[in-house]
Amino acid sequence: MKTESKLEKLLEKGEFVVTSECGPPRGADADIIRKKGALLKDAVDAVNVTDNQTSVVRMSSISACIILKQMGMEPIMQMVTRDRNRIAIQSDILGAAALGVNNILCLSGDHQKFGDHSSGKNVYDIDSVQLIQTLKLMRDQGRFIGGDEIQGKPAMFIGAAANPFADPFEIRVPRLAKKINAGVQFIQTQCIYNLDRFEKWMEGIRGRGLHEKVHILAGVTPFKSIGMANYMKKMVPGMDVPDEMIERLKSVDKEKRAEEGIKICVETIERLKKIEGVRGIHIMAIEWEEKVHEIAEKAGLLPRPVV
Amino acid sequence: MIIGEGKPINEILEMILKHKKIIVAGCRGCVTVCSAGGQKEVEILSSTIRLAREKDKAPIEIFETTLERQCDTEYLEQMRNYIDEYEAVLSLACGAGVQFLAEMYKKIPLYPAINTNFIGVTEKQGIWSERCQSCGNCMLERTGGICPITRCSKSLLNGPCGGSSDGKCEIDSEIDCAWQIIYERLMELDLMERFEEVEDIKDWSTSRDGGPRRIEREDLKL
Ligand code: SF4
Repeated sequence: MKTESKLEKLLEKGEFVVTSECGPPRGADADIIRKKGALLKDAVDAVNVTDNQTSVVRMSSISACIILKQMGMEPIMQMVTRDRNRIAIQSDILGAAALGVNNILCLSGDHQKFGDHSSGKNVYDIDSVQLIQTLKLMRDQGRFIGGDEIQGKPAMFIGAAANPFADPFEIRVPRLAKKINAGVQFIQTQCIYNLDRFEKWMEGIRGRGLHEKVHILAGVTPFKSIGMANYMKKMVPGMDVPDEMIERLKSVDKEKRAEEGIKICVETIERLKKIEGVRGIHIMAIEWEEKVHEIAEKAGLLPRPVV
Repeated sequence: MIIGEGKPINEILEMILKHKKIIVAGCRGCVTVCSAGGQKEVEILSSTIRLAREKDKAPIEIFETTLERQCDTEYLEQMRNYIDEYEAVLSLACGAGVQFLAEMYKKIPLYPAINTNFIGVTEKQGIWSERCQSCGNCMLERTGGICPITRCSKSLLNGPCGGSSDGKCEIDSEIDCAWQIIYERLMELDLMERFEEVEDIKDWSTSRDGGPRRIEREDLKL
């Protein structure tokens, strides 16, 4: 089924797409979203809005998506299964669709242990694969999980994440195949620093022809500093930052490191563009949205096409 | 079995502060095996309480007993002869035992001396870990005998999240990633093919989510 999603249209047309990410604020100030949105507007085709990422309470993904939508942008609503049961999930999907959100990214979410409410309960009534299945059921069969008919089907372009760097490595291709079986249409990957490992994963994907069944967008995140690179390497589970990258940042003067981070990011994109089966780039410039335009420009991704 | 762990002594002393004559009751079931509430623990706890109270110049009289099980009326009944002579019962049974005692002896205050933690196993002497969440609809035949509901921190039924690293769970490097173990088992048993079939959304109504559970068996009823 075709949706109103601009992202889906571009991918179907065979365009190499660019997406980015916008983390909602820890408060009710809509201007923060608008400012981030303005920085990303002409640099990318669609913008992910995170859902209480790292289990820290923030403005809801759904409302931040609407703010971006009001600016004429194309939001991708991230939804984690940590905080809502199947009733709340389906209800939010209907609400988001009614307000014109056409893309969703299905995630299980970080465990609340990492966040600012670690003593809370988690839900995990369903997992990310089952969330994909739920969206497909609601959209294509017009049914709720409980079996009843939906009046007004939510037409969303269905996405999910993949982390080729998590363990066990050998399960990562079958896991993607499973998401495809569930109905996923596009994938955004974890930040790629170890290109060799990513290429190996892509080989496995192509070996099974999975790249023809799903649009894969390769994720990148520029380093702002050595501190950030070390943090990503040591503290973020499932993140693979090769030592050479950190060495390379160290080799330049302190005030030039952010610039070097951008350079590494652009070079990574150049390499990713050449990999068969990569259909776009997902630039996650964490609290550094002002650099996305520059990265996209330097990597030859601008201007973005109009649909 | 059910695994429990003694509450901090100060918490216990605070609970029984106003009483001068109590029963300290252990259980010979699970909590004996996991060394949280058997006869030995009853003895140790009782002497600790006596000493502490003597030090505070508020001595306490304690009757020590360890029932065969506290989750069975037959054994709880044994307390009937003497329970009225005491002001309170400090029970070292699991939560089920403490509650069953409370249901049976309605007029006496009851205090839990242990925390009931989980259904689990003795990994090694002194180390216990969780294995079952009693969801009421076992799926172990599909996951190589390893329970993802219990052992995956997010209860993911369809494979590992993106945080699994070097065989460990993203929430703690001391906790094994359930899906790493499941993957290894499925490979060993040549069942990986089945992994790609989506595990359907679970019916949690057989779990606690369906309300407090009870089982009735006609073949066993008297
Ligand atoms: S790391 Fe493994 S055990 Fe921990 S939440 Fe992820 S899949 Fe579950």
